[in-house]
Order: sequence, then structure tokens, then C-alpha cells
Amino acid sequence: MFEIGTLHYLVVGGVLFLIGMVGVITRRNVVIIFMSIELMLSSVNLNLVAFSRLYGLHGQVFALFIAADAAAEAAVGLGILIAFFRNRATVNMDEVDLLKW
Amino acid sequence: MTAVATPFFFYFLSAIAVISALVMITKVNPVHSALALIVSLLACAGLYLMLYAPFMAAVQIVLYAGGILVMFLFVMMLVNIDDLYVEKMLNKQWIVGLVATAMLAVLILGGLFRGAKTLPQHIVNLPEQNNVQQIGLLLYGRDTGYYMFPFEIASILLLVAVVGAVVMAKRRV
Repeated sequence: MFEIGTLHYLVVGGVLFLIGMVGVITRRNVVIIFMSIELMLSSVNLNLVAFSRLYGLHGQVFALFIAADAAAEAAVGLGILIAFFRNRATVNMDEVDLLKW
Repeated sequence: MTAVATPFFFYFLSAIAVISALVMITKVNPVHSALALIVSLLACAGLYLMLYAPFMAAVQIVLYAGGILVMFLFVMMLVNIDDLYVEKMLNKQWIVGLVATAMLAVLILGGLFRGAKTLPQHIVNLPEQNNVQQIGLLLYGRDTGYYMFPFEIASILLLVAVVGAVVMAKRRV
């Protein structure tokens, strides 16, 4: 078997990103959409760590910042989810139509 | 030092990550989706270990798996599981979404394969034993702390996010 290079990790990260994007676009359940967003952020982290193998440790520090951002996003998103569920008693994304006319 | 990063482990871990991600977006029950997401993130942590990033692997396990467990509790509190099997799983524009994602897939993968030649061929020998010390020096070091100011900004971001989450989750502001 041939050697595993950086490109292999980048392809895995891209595939995980695309799977997360499919989940965000096509699903109705808000909770699964949040999980897909977490998956997309994690795939970006995989890309950064793969590049840190080529360019030094800076990529890992950036991945650390993205992990902190993912935590902040999950906290704010779940707060929005609770407020939305209290108003409309549903977790379906296509019923978020207050700003539509 | 013998190489830990064998091709077998790479294909094994990435297959686990991709398959459990596919399971995550296709399950009706969000609890099953959360479990599949945990498996996918743990496989990503294994890939970090293969890339000689043990600190990021630990952060991935602790932070993501912990956050996902909290999300799991929210799922059990909010969602009425029995209704989910009756109503539709996908929204109305899912075909358009799949087409758009396929176009983005062509863009990303085509760009990766066409630009693979421009990647540097040599690999930096990252320090494996003192990975945490090196990251700490980049964050806090007196001479090498390039990321001290972004680190403080990140702490303010976390504070604002926590306050915002509390404000939005309160019943009456």
C-alpha cells in the first residue's frame, strides 16, 4: 500500500464537511442540524491539523481556537433552540418562518 | 522509532468517521444521531493522534464529546421521539440542496486533486514528546507567544456566548 500523505487527510476532511453540509441543508430537525454543524467544524479542524504537519505547530493552535468557537456556538445555538421551542413548541426547521411574509 | 501511522489505521479510522457521519445524517431518532456523531468525533481524534497532535486529540475527546453529551440531554428533554417517526424527515428543498452539495463536492475535491502537486513534499518533524509544551509556548510564551492576544479575545468570546445563552434561555428578560 502506498504512503499516506497530506492529501489523504484533506480528502477525508472535505468528505466529512460535505456530509455535514448535506445534513444541514436537507434535515428538518434542528438538533440534527446542530450536530451537522459540529461535524463541519470538526472537519475543518482535521484540515488544520493536517496542514500543521507541513507548516509547523501553528495549525494546531488555530484548531484549538476553532474548538473554543464550536463550544461558544453550541451554547448560543442551544439557547436559541430553547427560546424557539418555548414559543412554537416544535423543533422543525421549516416552521421557523416568523421573518417570512 | 517505528512508524505508528500505517495506512491500515488511516483507512480504518477514516472509514469509521465517514460511515458514522453518514449514519448520523440518515437516522430519524436524534439520540441515535448523537451516538453516531460521538463515534465520528472519536475517529477524528484517532486521526489527530496519527498526525502527531496528541493535545488536539485530547481536546477533541474532552470538549467535543462533552459538548455532544450535553446536546444529547437536550435531545431527550425537547424532542418527542414518537412524532418523529410519523412526520417527514427531509424538508421541501432537499433535492436542490443535494445538487448544490454535489457541485460543491466537485469544486472541493477537484481543487484538492488538482492542487496536490503544489503541497510541500517534505514533512516537518513535529516534536512528539513535548507537544503540549510547544503549544503552551505559542500561546503564553514571553518571546514566542504569538497567540496571546487571540487567546484573550477567545476568552471574551466564550464569556459573551455564555451570557447570551443564559439571556436567551431565561423565561423573562
